[in-house]
Amino acid sequence: MMSDDKKKDIDELSGVETTGHEWDGLKELNNPLPRWWVWVWVATIIWSLWYFVVYPAWPVPGGATEGSSGYTQFKELEESQAEIHARQAEYLGRFEQASFDEIMQDPALYEFAMAGGKAMFKDNCATCHGTGAEGGEGYPNLNDDDWLWGGTINDIYTTLEHGIRVAGNYDTRVSQMPAFGKEGTLSREQINEVVHYVMSLSEGHADTAGKGYQIFQDNCATCHGPDGKGDRDVGAPNLTDAIWLYGGEHEDIYYTVYNSRAGMMPAWKGRLDENTIRQLAVYVHELGGGEEMQAEEAPAEAEPDVVIEDISYETEVPADSEGEPAEDVKEQEDEH
Amino acid sequence: MTLTAIDKPDYNYDIVRLFTLATCFWGVVGMLGGVFIALQLAFPELNIEPYLNFGRLRPLHTSGVIFAFGGNALFATSYYVVQRTCQTRLWGDKLALFTFWGYQAFIVMAALGYVLGVTQSKEYAEPEWYADLWLTFVWVAYLGVFMMTIINRKEPHLYVANWFFLSFIITVAVLHLGNNISLPVDWRFDKSYALASGVQSAMIQWWYGHNAVGFFLTAGFLGMMYYFVPKRAERPVYSYRLSIVHFWSLIFIYIWAGPHHLHYTSLPDWAQTLGMTFSIMLWMPSWGGMINGMMTLSGAWDKLRKDPVLRFMIISLAFYGMSTFEGPLMSIRAVNSLSHYTDWTIGHVHSGALGWVGFITFGCLYYLVPKLWGQKEVYSLKLVNLHLWISTLGIVLYIAAMWVSGIMQGLMWRSYDELGFLNYSFVETVVAMHPFYLIRALGGVLYLSGTLIMCYNFWRTIRGEVAEGEVDKDGNPREARKYHKPVPSWQAAE
Repeated sequence: MMSDDKKKDIDELSGVETTGHEWDGLKELNNPLPRWWVWVWVATIIWSLWYFVVYPAWPVPGGATEGSSGYTQFKELEESQAEIHARQAEYLGRFEQASFDEIMQDPALYEFAMAGGKAMFKDNCATCHGTGAEGGEGYPNLNDDDWLWGGTINDIYTTLEHGIRVAGNYDTRVSQMPAFGKEGTLSREQINEVVHYVMSLSEGHADTAGKGYQIFQDNCATCHGPDGKGDRDVGAPNLTDAIWLYGGEHEDIYYTVYNSRAGMMPAWKGRLDENTIRQLAVYVHELGGGEEMQAEEAPAEAEPDVVIEDISYETEVPADSEGEPAEDVKEQEDEH
Repeated sequence: MTLTAIDKPDYNYDIVRLFTLATCFWGVVGMLGGVFIALQLAFPELNIEPYLNFGRLRPLHTSGVIFAFGGNALFATSYYVVQRTCQTRLWGDKLALFTFWGYQAFIVMAALGYVLGVTQSKEYAEPEWYADLWLTFVWVAYLGVFMMTIINRKEPHLYVANWFFLSFIITVAVLHLGNNISLPVDWRFDKSYALASGVQSAMIQWWYGHNAVGFFLTAGFLGMMYYFVPKRAERPVYSYRLSIVHFWSLIFIYIWAGPHHLHYTSLPDWAQTLGMTFSIMLWMPSWGGMINGMMTLSGAWDKLRKDPVLRFMIISLAFYGMSTFEGPLMSIRAVNSLSHYTDWTIGHVHSGALGWVGFITFGCLYYLVPKLWGQKEVYSLKLVNLHLWISTLGIVLYIAAMWVSGIMQGLMWRSYDELGFLNYSFVETVVAMHPFYLIRALGGVLYLSGTLIMCYNFWRTIRGEVAEGEVDKDGNPREARKYHKPVPSWQAAE
């Protein structure tokens, strides 16, 4: 088009010469590069050259240029970790040596344990127990004084270390409530009776006149005690309070008696270090329901009485809204 | 403007029309997906397992907006621009038609794979090998059509937009081939493993991922900018020299910047340093495009007051400038240690995607659709203006929410108390981000609404309608006067 026209083509509006080419009505002005643009670019290049000198930058045979600063990302990590460790150093040495009693009596160590325990609780425990340790269905509330396996610091420490019903862990907390309905020990009617009795226990007016009372004494009292106050040695809950891990409605308790329950908690030994577990034990103890240690109580070291190689968690059969077993449960019952 | 003696070439607008319609369709689909996954993040109950959970819908959204919406827009505009600036009909009608249906087939193949759980697990390169192979055929055809059109050109010189389009087509081909070398391993042929492994695989992935942004979303869309901005502004491009220098520096430097996606990983320090410094040196070459686009308006800024289409283009350049400044900033190791893995990255991506890629595409489509369907202007410029402000508000809500949420998230993650214990758990950061997730979703809804308004506007335009009260440049009712765009006769709309 106009590309062969040697005469200068000047844009009227700007007074700037064009390149003389035209495409589909489009032209280009022959403006120079903006000076500031060139200088900023040069500055970024100079800065980069400086950076090449100071930091690891170019691959060379056998590695890469190291840079005058000696920087590596691992050194940066170490420095950052060292700073954290420095903040803890003052406490950590003493904390490692101190017994739980000493920790509870030393304000500095106590504060240290609580701070560490809080941080670790939120990262590791809150998933099940809730950020405020308020628990949920199947996950105990840790703020109250109702303990399945004991509420002294040592008890809590043992539970944290070895968990609950952890397969293959010799020291884990373990017990197994029978599935009275599934296994055919009790009939549906009997279960309904015992559930009535358990509910009356929980409401504070034990109905000893009903049929459920005797069923309870025959089947449940071994673990939960004749008075239903539970037994921490086997993790059997106290049934005389209003606290229910799996719900306190008739249908919930029916489900529990029929199918049994076996909650699980991971063992933290090996996942978290010793100090962290001790901090957690203090923190959980102090959430509200911690119990004093008995004077004669030795540091807890649970005796391995049962070894669980594997616990299979089969899908439990849900009860329908009426509190009655669902259809397939009935079928199972018929088989017995 | 000189009228030329050249006969009007018989341009292939059919293919441009097809790609334009596909752009609108996939734009709505992709953005709808974005709104939905934004809501999923705010309300996890919306995860519909397994086919419509976040993990599967997220690549559907990203591929939907990048490759389906953006890709079709690039096909449409590159086919339009290359014909007009080469003054020759697009080469190979049937091959061009194959690129259309072939590309749509690729999109459907990829999308089906995502919801069915078929994925390479490489970001922006999720489709499995069979879809990759198919795309390769389509892409070679695209290159053939584009190259042959250039070779057949009637113009002695190649217009700057075509350099950008060509570099986009070629580099995306190289990236696609490089990042998708894999071995199928499953008898159903829907599972493969990448040939490289470990950090090499990661480096190849981010060489690809970063340059998908660089060449698909930057170079390609700069090609659009270089034609449609001066065209709409009716002004010459500001500086030919700047266009040359920033083109070559952009494509030379961009390709090295990928390692900044792998700061503080098993990637060696030296590679991280190179990725970071090249990103810093990329700042000005990126800005060259913004300067050239914006300065093209110098002496004609008043046009912005009257023309919402031009406003779209200029706002897009402003977002382009902002995100190409933010990118180098975030590539600095110290900044990256705060920003990486946080919502700040999402905000950065969307200021580029919504602001730059989306807005320049809308601007071009508003120019293109009337031309392609024989109209002087779109049905309603008032609706264009409404689209502009609704979407701008959407972007501002989106990126501001993500900046606040991302920086807050990064600061919470690294916050220690005086005893050296973490102040916040992960879930506390999630809880803290919830309000910003809501704002982000609202921003997305606004942006999507704008796109729907645009589609409505196009529908009425294509039907040949003019809204009441629409005036031409002289303020007269539009039907009453002819469109006074001074174009050579051969260039007049069909």
